Amino acid sequence: MAEIIVVTSGKGGVGKTTTSASIACGLARRGKKVAVIDFDVGLRNLDLIMGCERRVVYDFVNVTQGEATLKQALIKDKRFDTLFILAASQTRDKDALSKEGVEKVLRDLHNDGFDYIVCDSPAGIEKGAYLAMYFADTAVVVVNPEVSSVRDSDRILGLLDSKTRKAENGETLKPHLLLTRYSPSRVAGGEMLSIQDVEEVLGLKTLGVVPESGDVLNASNKGEPVILDLESSAGQAYDDAVGRLLGEDRPLRFTTVDKKGFFSKLFGG
Amino acid sequence: MGLFDFLKPKKETASIARDRLRIIVAQERNTRGAPDYLPLLRRELLEVIKKYVNVDADAVNVKLVKEGEHDVLDISVALHEDP
Repeated sequence: MAEIIVVTSGKGGVGKTTTSASIACGLARRGKKVAVIDFDVGLRNLDLIMGCERRVVYDFVNVTQGEATLKQALIKDKRFDTLFILAASQTRDKDALSKEGVEKVLRDLHNDGFDYIVCDSPAGIEKGAYLAMYFADTAVVVVNPEVSSVRDSDRILGLLDSKTRKAENGETLKPHLLLTRYSPSRVAGGEMLSIQDVEEVLGLKTLGVVPESGDVLNASNKGEPVILDLESSAGQAYDDAVGRLLGEDRPLRFTTVDKKGFFSKLFGG
Repeated sequence: MGLFDFLKPKKETASIARDRLRIIVAQERNTRGAPDYLPLLRRELLEVIKKYVNVDADAVNVKLVKEGEHDVLDISVALHEDP
């Protein structure tokens, strides 16, 4: 059975698309057959982060409305043979997606032998976000160590607990927290919520912690998901998170301040 | 971190963030899944009660609680000690 993973957050701009792209690539790099779907109808962006924006011919809504086949709309990744992208529609009609349409696409992907389906949720708690999470088996809630993001994540955790197919069937969907844009030095200075603070407020353990890094912007500039940059701390942190998602035991990295030398302490840097 | 940074006052605001979040998240979890009419019901009850007794704005508490098979609307009103 294909495992459906929703990447969600409530708040916008916290790194959902970056995370979806990296998780999808990380799974594909391990040889899994992966589809990653952009649910943000009207604001397509996953294609840019994945670097396939010029190859979008048909989109998710075209498929659900029968204007194209799934095969025509799936964009094959240039780096991994087992990775496919389904772009969001640029239509302004927010109701273009229906529950039945989404369910059929997910079922067809399952029948095509996909191992994982990564659903990149739009921000907010409206229809697109609801449809992205409804069929999920696993949820990754992306959170920044910042008050509005943490509060919104709690709202999303509440919805995951009640508004999914699993919840309606009386099953539980175990959500994972992924803390992004984490700055160990600001945490050490008492200026930023720590991992423990966020875990305590939300009552959940983190799946991974991705440090704040300029590499993330460089990666999106190039259309190369940051997980592919193995020199980068953010890329390695994403790879750890994917490993943990698959049940591997990986210790947390990049969550403490690097010891600085005397001169850099003195002159800043 | 520069040479004279120790002269500046420290801004340790993370603990303020954590404390504010603890309170608001706990409060929002309490009302999670509650029907939309609860806030209005609470406000209207408060208006009626105020006609008869002097109560604070937060004196009325309305909750929907599950008791076995049934949903129970639990309404409590806190009165002042010396009316």
